Amino acid sequence: MPYISNTDRDRREMFAKIGIENFDELIQAIPEKFRLKDGLKMDKALSELEITQKIKSQTCQNLCTQNANSFLGAGVYDHFIPAAVDFIVSRPEFFTAYTPYQAEVSQGTLQFIYEYQSMICELTGMEIANASMYDGASAVAEAILMAVRKNRLNKALLPGSLHPEFFKVIKAYTEGVGVELLQVPCRDGVMDLDKLAEMLDDSVGSVVLQTPNFFGNLEDSHKVSELVHSQAKCLLIACVDPISLAILNAPSEYNADIVVGEGQALGNSMYMGGPLFGFFATKLDMSRQMPGRIVGGTLDKTGARAYALTLQAREQHIRRAKATSNICSNQSLCTLAATVYMSLMGREGLREAALMSTQHAHYLAAEITKIKGIQMRYPDADFFKEFVIKTPIPADKIIDKMLPRGIYAGVVVAENELMVAVTEKKTKAAMDEYIAAMQEVTNA
Amino acid sequence: MPKTIFEHSSPGRRGIRLPTPEIDTPLSDMIPSKYHRQSIARLPELSEMDVMRHYIKLSHMNHFIEKGLYPLGSCTMKYNPKIHELLVRHSCFANLHPYQPESTLQGALELLYELQRDLAEISGMAQVTLQPVAGAQGEFTGIKIIDAYHKAKGNTHKTKIIIPDSAHGTNPATCNLVGYDVVELKSNSEGRCDIARLRELVDENTAGFMLTNPNTLGLFETQIEEIAEILHSVDALIYMDGANLNALLGIVLPGKIGFDIIHFNLHKTFSTPHGGGGPGAGPVGVVEKLIPYLPVPMVAKTDKGYHLDYSHEPTSIGKVHTFYGNFAVLVRAYIYIKMLGAEGLRRISENAIINANYLMAILKDYYHIQHSEYCMHEFVADGTKQKKENKVSTLDIAKRLLDKGFHAPTVYFPLIIPEAMMIEPTETESLESLDAFAQAMIEIAQECSENPELLHEAPISTPVRRVDDVRAVKELDPIFKIQD
Repeated sequence: MPYISNTDRDRREMFAKIGIENFDELIQAIPEKFRLKDGLKMDKALSELEITQKIKSQTCQNLCTQNANSFLGAGVYDHFIPAAVDFIVSRPEFFTAYTPYQAEVSQGTLQFIYEYQSMICELTGMEIANASMYDGASAVAEAILMAVRKNRLNKALLPGSLHPEFFKVIKAYTEGVGVELLQVPCRDGVMDLDKLAEMLDDSVGSVVLQTPNFFGNLEDSHKVSELVHSQAKCLLIACVDPISLAILNAPSEYNADIVVGEGQALGNSMYMGGPLFGFFATKLDMSRQMPGRIVGGTLDKTGARAYALTLQAREQHIRRAKATSNICSNQSLCTLAATVYMSLMGREGLREAALMSTQHAHYLAAEITKIKGIQMRYPDADFFKEFVIKTPIPADKIIDKMLPRGIYAGVVVAENELMVAVTEKKTKAAMDEYIAAMQEVTNA
Repeated sequence: MPKTIFEHSSPGRRGIRLPTPEIDTPLSDMIPSKYHRQSIARLPELSEMDVMRHYIKLSHMNHFIEKGLYPLGSCTMKYNPKIHELLVRHSCFANLHPYQPESTLQGALELLYELQRDLAEISGMAQVTLQPVAGAQGEFTGIKIIDAYHKAKGNTHKTKIIIPDSAHGTNPATCNLVGYDVVELKSNSEGRCDIARLRELVDENTAGFMLTNPNTLGLFETQIEEIAEILHSVDALIYMDGANLNALLGIVLPGKIGFDIIHFNLHKTFSTPHGGGGPGAGPVGVVEKLIPYLPVPMVAKTDKGYHLDYSHEPTSIGKVHTFYGNFAVLVRAYIYIKMLGAEGLRRISENAIINANYLMAILKDYYHIQHSEYCMHEFVADGTKQKKENKVSTLDIAKRLLDKGFHAPTVYFPLIIPEAMMIEPTETESLESLDAFAQAMIEIAQECSENPELLHEAPISTPVRRVDDVRAVKELDPIFKIQD
């Protein structure tokens, strides 16, 4: 039997030690009528060879982004991943270890988390980061809940330019505890600052700023921050693309109070959208209100440097109903990938990836809008690696027509609006192919 | 301890080179300077080999399943088959984008559809969502479903959820997050739910009851039929925390014995790796009447193929994850289930139960065991005898086990057993491996009486000695201070 070592002989020996004749004696506490009589109805068990063939038949029915010319983004991005990342992540020492509760035999995990926290703080300009949340969406939700714990103001403002899937998750996470979510409308693809100013008063506990926002546009973070901080207690939650931080404002530069975001782009494959991981960083004065695990440096009993989980009195296994969050398992291995990725890319490599992504996006935007009937949807907005175009025919028709050419044209935002993303991986030739295909399908 | 990665950094060193830019527009020509970062992000600068050596060195400081037994109670640290890893890394899984047209995701959607069905069969539930990415998020999803059910029925007076005192901390934390008051139910002298007390606690305001079965003492909650009757009489729902499902595969169908909702921990029962704390996956199964409240989307099958179905969105609790959950974790669990089949799954639970009872039978002569009837997949021994007689704590015993090459059990949990050591060997450990662990525990019991100082000093052979976690709180040091 796969993955079970006990032979019939072993079992007999074990039964003798336990003092039983057969297995059923061990489950006598389960009332007879609750026991399954005729077994589960499952497919026949497959050998390793057979499952390999079955999985191969399934993968053959998928067209992956490496076999297509993909311009998909909207929260999950196809950035370059150095080969060495997976070699580290696949080490069973990291891969099959549990949460590092026994610090003395978990220093490897604890130290990489400490390094991860340090890198996230360096990118964001914050002072403390946790070991991860489930994804960017739940990280924003947890940030709003932390803001409520901090200032007891249960109204939060979300921009209309926020990722719509994030909005759904945030709603699910915050409605039960009575957080009131209000949406700040957009103007020209960014948050309408006049509306924000109107909506802000001393009852607002936090304002979420996503930059680049869902449409790829950069928000005027400094102005948003000024408005938000005109209210004494209101906290600014910045949701950012970690790759962008190599070249664009660290959130500390516009005085964000809490910084979160989707971390997948840092060294993790897309896997149809999961696992992802959310990063979560803030200032030290909020450390005791934070959700999730945190690693801290300390000493062992001989005075040698060591690491341990810290501030655990916030967490569910200690504080139970009064915990800052219910999170237990997080996305640790994804943060290991991120840590190794950031170490390999280094300060120059990450800058280059961010800059090349921007260069490619801006080239593509300039060229694609030369096609008759295609325009930038938000011509006045500044953007990073993703942008929305107005299309002369319905966007879903473009997607359908591009697909037989092996092109994933983008994400539909509205009937005649298509969102297009590129990274440093896209070659000029691949973009030119896209432009030529777009010319044909829209003018046909 | 090794230096941090930052201390290995050397200016100008590179781990990776990107292609020479084909389009070399300066940043200022694309994005106005007010958006530009003011100070460089000081990530470390290293060669690829530097990075590899650093993280390999760190890896050597970890305990992991391939190194030795990992008897953490309720964590189910079983062996993780390597075929999962080979197959999941296929580019046509790893490089799928969630917004690809459904026609290009048919293989992946088929896999998810079959996994929904298999988990429904294994739990006896009518339908399963794969979206929650961890056990606690599964709990959250389940309690949100309870909430949605009551709202739909106009049960606005339902304000409380009852949870036994032996429950995992995530249970009360989750109820709080959904906005329910938590009422704690004391366990009876047997270590099970106190039915008389439950009757007193349940009233019209009760929205639900969360029960781990088998419970964290490793005991099957035998009175589930009565419990279901009490709760259902006030239209409250019963949630099963499936953390301990490894004891029940092919033996009991939770959905057929009174439970309305269950979450699975795929990283426990279905052998996906724990990854040093995650990612896991926490799918949720429900009975027929709760299907309308499941998160969107579900994976559905029509004569045109598989698709992501949002049709029940108006009644759904919405979303708990940006996309469709931890797909790569789901693939591994799928492979595991397909390779085991019905008979294999039952053998998993049988051997998990046999292994736990075998260890308990040996250790009961050396350690106090409060509830010593036959256990399911785990049991709780404790260090009260050693504490009283030798002034050695359970923490000391745990640390000494590390010296002997084993991971420690879950300690000081469940909270209702003083000096608790919750031991779950899992089915993948062999007789020899169980004997070696038992021998280590027996030696430690002897050391407790002969040389208690040894235990206070433990561990002595680990990469670091006993770690000062009080200092980690008092002198908080959460990040490395980069100098340059």
